[in-house]
Amino acid sequence: MSLLSVRDLITEFESPSGTARAVDGVSFDVKPGEIFGIVGESGCGKSATCRSILRLFGGASARIANGRITLEGAGDLAQMRERDLAQVRGRDVAFIFQDPLSALNPTMRIGKQIGEVIRRHRKASRAEARAAALQLLRDVHVTSPERRLDAYPHELSGGLRQRVVIAMALALRPRLIIADEPTTALDVTVQDQILRLLKERCDSLGTSIILVTHDLGVVSQICDRMAVMYAGRVVETGAVRDVLDAPSHPYTRALLAALPGQVSRDSQLIPIKGAPPSLIDPPAGCRFAPRCTFAQPQCTIGTAPGLHPRPAAAEGHFDACILNEVSHAAA
Amino acid sequence: MFLAISKRLLMLIPVLIGITMISFLLLQIMPGDPASRAMGTRASPEELQAMRELWGLGKPLWVQYLYFLRDCVTGSFGMSIFHKQPIIDLVAERLPFTLAIVGYSTVIALLIALPFAILAAANRGRMLDNVIRQIFVVVVAMPPFWLCYVLILWLALRMGWFATGGVGDGFVANIGRLFLPSLVVGLSTAALIQQSLRAALIDTMKADYIDTARAKGLRGREVFLRHILPNSLISTISIIGVRVSWIIGGTVVVEKIFSVPGLGSLLIDAIVSRDLPVIRGLTVFFAIMVVIVNLITDICYALADPRVRLE
Repeated sequence: MSLLSVRDLITEFESPSGTARAVDGVSFDVKPGEIFGIVGESGCGKSATCRSILRLFGGASARIANGRITLEGAGDLAQMRERDLAQVRGRDVAFIFQDPLSALNPTMRIGKQIGEVIRRHRKASRAEARAAALQLLRDVHVTSPERRLDAYPHELSGGLRQRVVIAMALALRPRLIIADEPTTALDVTVQDQILRLLKERCDSLGTSIILVTHDLGVVSQICDRMAVMYAGRVVETGAVRDVLDAPSHPYTRALLAALPGQVSRDSQLIPIKGAPPSLIDPPAGCRFAPRCTFAQPQCTIGTAPGLHPRPAAAEGHFDACILNEVSHAAA
Repeated sequence: MFLAISKRLLMLIPVLIGITMISFLLLQIMPGDPASRAMGTRASPEELQAMRELWGLGKPLWVQYLYFLRDCVTGSFGMSIFHKQPIIDLVAERLPFTLAIVGYSTVIALLIALPFAILAAANRGRMLDNVIRQIFVVVVAMPPFWLCYVLILWLALRMGWFATGGVGDGFVANIGRLFLPSLVVGLSTAALIQQSLRAALIDTMKADYIDTARAKGLRGREVFLRHILPNSLISTISIIGVRVSWIIGGTVVVEKIFSVPGLGSLLIDAIVSRDLPVIRGLTVFFAIMVVIVNLITDICYALADPRVRLE
């Protein structure tokens, strides 16, 4: 039983140099109350994937070319008309952006910005919305919340701003919060506080989180399940413990080997050679093959391999390496 | 806020001293004798001498400058030779018409620019955006004097909708009378505003907080009216400020063609009749207006954008 189910999602971005498939056949599920992590390098499509869910593409000309995004009780978000999706946004699914300074309107007071989401979905007077905003600021442990209601975003610190953004996202107790690198723009010292706060509030409200990050340490700390993305595709997914303790896809393994010791136990850091492929004209076969130390001739032909259960793996642990598939078939 | 404004007003003093010096010296460098220039060739030597005495032309330069400074400080800005009136009285007579054109043309400009900027931004890169841009390029490229005559020929003479020029009595009469001159001035303002507002709208639409607004579930119109438009209009304030200070002294051609007795036509008349004190006084007056308009612009900017603080 999943809260959100994404199937075969393809999202394309138009650019002067061509059409880039930032998301190419991504599938995953988010269960009620769980924290689902999506990790990968910059440009791997993790951000595009979660922006596709609410169709928030900023100024970019992007479109969902294929796939279903089923939210329990709401239907297929990918097919939904814009005005129906607007009902889902903020009420059922909320979004937390990377940089809280640019995510807040610079010329609008904090209280009004929080109140706006309440007044959009519920009948509430200005005073009621303000009172609700005040309570929300208290819930996210903002100090002297009465004063902050009338502050402008630039008058707050980075950590406070992200608390405001979280308060805004939690305002209507959504069932799912999509957090796109919520701590990347913050000081290291506040990153941990913000993540704890997010987890604590969502645990108490039963809200699921999709946490997009490039920080495997964060994933190992607070996520339940995870997906590793590379060049627009999910290459490995499963419970966090299974994936991080027994990574099966060469990319996941390389990613862990390239990390300082907190996650991987290897003392030596091994960089991944080369760069991710172009998403406008991706290579045939496995997209990681050109950088993969285990690559075989059959890796670079045909279509990109899909996810399959790895041999002798824990339940729900899948990867997309055909070499694992072969050994599985042989066994 | 009050402190910042008083500080800015105090900073006016050195600026004004500089302006009076420059406008005083510029007229000093002009070749020839101001008295004979003013009185023409038929004046007798005695009359010329009397004139020089009256103007203190025999006195040292710095004394003359101090006389001029005294006139500026006491608020008369000197005496007009031609009108035989204090210059400030001439300005007071004509300022309302110039300010009327300033206000009227800005309203017209906003009414024209706003819808076209929004339309262009919403269709950026498409045919409609390009067509609108080309139309405004043509508008900017049209010389104002030519546009004045086209409008007079077409809307005033052929259609008979407007008077060909002059001003009427009272506010209502002048809404019709000042429409054509304000339209000519307003069209170029509109082109400036349209271009900058279009760019500002496109920039704002890409901002993260617009995604935040949409993520709250706000509908397109709500996002536009509450978040995109207000934040984009801030940059328009400075454009209007620059235009207003330009219009105050820069509508010479339009005022002349439509026989509007504003500051621009006062200046041109003074130049034609070699009324040097008027030219000098008006220069200082225009400079003061520019500084004041800039201050008002900055205050509006600080009020509109909480991140900006008045220095």
